[in-house]
Amino acid sequence: MNSEQQYITLYNDNAELIKSHSADVLNAVRDEAFENFRRMGFPSKKVERYKYTDMAALFAPDYGLNLNRLDIPVDPYEAFRCDVPNLSTSLYFVVNDQFYTKALPKVTPGDGIIVDSLAHAAVEHHDIVAKYYAKAAKMKDDAITALNTMLAQDGLFVYVPKNTRCDRTIQVINILRSDVDMMVNRRVLIVLEEGAEAKFLFCDHSADDRNFLATQVIEAFVGDNANLELNCLEETHYKNVRVSNVYIDQQRDSRVNHNVITLHNGTTRNQLDLVFKGEGAECSCNGCVIADKQQHVDNNTLIDHQVGHCTSNELYKYVLNDASVGAFAGKILVRHGAEKTLSQETNQNLCATKQARMFTQPMLEIYADDVQCNHGSTVGQLNDAALFYMQQRGVSAEEAKLLLEFAFVNEVIDKMELEPLRDRLHHLVEMRFRGKLNKCEGCKLCK
Amino acid sequence: MQDNNNKDNKFVKEVVDQKYEYGFTTNVQTEIIPKGLNEDVVRLISKKKGEPDWLLDFRLKAYRYWKTLPVPTWGHVHVPHIDFQAISYYADPLAKKPKNKEIDPELEKTFDKLGIPLEERLALSGTAVDAVMDSVSVKTTFKKQLAEKGIIFSSIGEAVKNHPDLVRKYLGSVVPYRDNFSAALNSAVFSDGSFVYIPKGVRCPMELSSYFRINAVNTGQFERTLIVADDDSYVSYLEGCTAPMRDENQLHAAVVEIVVMNNAEVKYSTVQNWYPGDEHGKGGVLNLVTKRGDLRGVNSKLSWTQVETGSAITWKYPSCVLRGDNSQAEFYSVAVTNHYQEADTGTKMIHMGKNTKSTIISKGISAGHSQNSYRGLVRATEKADNARNYSSCDSLLLGSDCGAHTFPYLNIHNDTAVVEHEATTSKISEDQLFYCNQRGIPSEDAVGLIVNGYAKDVLNKLPMEFAVEAQKLLSVSLEGTVG
Repeated sequence: MNSEQQYITLYNDNAELIKSHSADVLNAVRDEAFENFRRMGFPSKKVERYKYTDMAALFAPDYGLNLNRLDIPVDPYEAFRCDVPNLSTSLYFVVNDQFYTKALPKVTPGDGIIVDSLAHAAVEHHDIVAKYYAKAAKMKDDAITALNTMLAQDGLFVYVPKNTRCDRTIQVINILRSDVDMMVNRRVLIVLEEGAEAKFLFCDHSADDRNFLATQVIEAFVGDNANLELNCLEETHYKNVRVSNVYIDQQRDSRVNHNVITLHNGTTRNQLDLVFKGEGAECSCNGCVIADKQQHVDNNTLIDHQVGHCTSNELYKYVLNDASVGAFAGKILVRHGAEKTLSQETNQNLCATKQARMFTQPMLEIYADDVQCNHGSTVGQLNDAALFYMQQRGVSAEEAKLLLEFAFVNEVIDKMELEPLRDRLHHLVEMRFRGKLNKCEGCKLCK
Repeated sequence: MQDNNNKDNKFVKEVVDQKYEYGFTTNVQTEIIPKGLNEDVVRLISKKKGEPDWLLDFRLKAYRYWKTLPVPTWGHVHVPHIDFQAISYYADPLAKKPKNKEIDPELEKTFDKLGIPLEERLALSGTAVDAVMDSVSVKTTFKKQLAEKGIIFSSIGEAVKNHPDLVRKYLGSVVPYRDNFSAALNSAVFSDGSFVYIPKGVRCPMELSSYFRINAVNTGQFERTLIVADDDSYVSYLEGCTAPMRDENQLHAAVVEIVVMNNAEVKYSTVQNWYPGDEHGKGGVLNLVTKRGDLRGVNSKLSWTQVETGSAITWKYPSCVLRGDNSQAEFYSVAVTNHYQEADTGTKMIHMGKNTKSTIISKGISAGHSQNSYRGLVRATEKADNARNYSSCDSLLLGSDCGAHTFPYLNIHNDTAVVEHEATTSKISEDQLFYCNQRGIPSEDAVGLIVNGYAKDVLNKLPMEFAVEAQKLLSVSLEGTVG
């Protein structure tokens, strides 16, 4: 049986069961998503956007699915203690793909702001969820998004009303917890109305030493003059496969700051599709990857300038050790008529060992003439002169290397607006480089 | 402002109205074999050229393999449907030449008109030429003088007869027939191209060049060029091409193979000016070419320089395989597209030896409704210690309806490799234009100046004779297209 067939059979046999444990809004597009998935199958390496990660192989093993939505016993506070000091967040948990309602923060984020389970919100706030759900996600073109839409039963819903500022950072801890090998399909829907402002920190952790396959689709709608900061931090383990597709729609004068940090993982593929739909919008998309052993990290971005006068900045940095594989493919698409576009795309990579491999592909596709678009990409090693300089001053070769690698990725971390988070990440990254961060700090396995 | 716009439009119109200078046809008796492609046609071509069995065998294997391949569609170009059975694969303008004449005076006139002197006494520039029309080499000049130094410069058909061992050793060794769709087609039906062999320690005293011209209707050109530079040798090779204006597309699927041995150096320059189609995108040559150099020797050097102004569709990637230690490769390209032309061109640098170096400088200029893409691959394999690559790809946009795209692929499998890539896309800066205007230089001249300055890095790498022609071509293609 090929990879896609087991999911087709699964859906054919269990469509009613899946639907019965979800909500109408999510169910409304499920069959269409299934048809799309069946038509496309898993993307082969011949599909340009997926050429660096073999999806069929990742989805081939037999994982369990919690279609009956059985409660898996977990104490999230015990499983997770990596809180960021000095950062007062509203802390929420998503266990596997279920919104965890037993540990909600005591302080609500603010007036009118909704943070809820997606399935629950689809009933309570039916109109809003129906208006936005699956509207940005391209399930007709992307098999993984189609698969997620077909199987996702729950997830997170965040709504920030007009001109409302969410003071506290919304921190969402995605915990993978299971006694058997498990596949989870998470779905996140974020809606920021005109003039709204919110900051997010998504942390991915795994609490069990099992094989996990997590697909995730995040849809974010950023209204006129709204401001979104979306930080994703992955600290899982080598057996973890994560496939995340993020879709962001930006309206006039909105700002988005999207940061993806991969510190620990098995195989990760992050895809970002950001569309400028209103003039004057800005985005800054950054990524930092520290990989070793057999880790595989593939970041794929598409910034679609549909209208003019928008600015996009991208900065992705990789440090690859051992036999790890890094891939970055970023496309800036400037459509006809999107004049006065400013765009900068930078990808810099350090290959520290002979076995490490880096594939990079920074692309520009431009159909308008009054634009300024640049991209740059480098693959290289640490500067010998800098290493020598430090050793001359009594810093050991090991320490000098570490300092330089740290400085290299620091540029990405400094793009984050949340200061306590930056400090915390400096600490985490340093530990990562020192090899002390083998598992997520603080989870029960590492205690 | 209004005035200025009108003026711009006038310039744009002038450019649009610019006639393709080489669009005439030659009225010469040409023997054309019937249209269509099958094993009999392959056998017929081979028979007409009097080829040995091994070559026919090579052609047939290539044809059988080609039949199994789907037409590729991955490029950022829209290749119209090509009916491979509606093309005639062999056209010989020499077949019915008048008695007592080496070549038809009509042909001689044609090449004179194109500025290619076939009479050696007229060739003041000291360039040896292999002139190819349709499927046949019309004449190769300076053969004698070159032979004195042991250099072989002839059409590949002649070389098969006179130096079968050499041709057999190297043909298909750089671009095998299984390489890609057009290479397989070319391997099956290839006709004349040039064969160059520079023996050990010889520095070729003059520039060698081939001039390719498509003349006959409903034919394509499938030339094959093979250049072998033995140890410690040097050669500079130029290639030029034109075609008449016709309403239908004509196919050009060539293969160029270059072998560079120890300490040898090859410079390969192309000024490509196939008929680009009219201002509505009708007609034009489909230029689907496979060019590759194999730097087999240590300290070998290969440099590709190309100025691409013609063709309705250009889809090619002159590449270098840096196999020898310390080998160096360069790729300099200016690609200009106007009207409805489409280009998807760039290079591949495969670093395999130690301490290899490559440089890529690509300049794209798009105007009108054209699409211009740079696509390039830099691969450093596991054994390519200390590989070094620098790539720079700039695109200039003239007009709001054209497109400029950059698709670089960097695959690095070695920790000692240092690879840099940078690209910019912008239009001509208003400041630069204003600066020129302020000093009394009209906009039209200013654009010419700026574009020429922009392309200078590449034009400087061309041999003198070509640089002049290329500069003229640039101005013809773009004069007055104020961005």
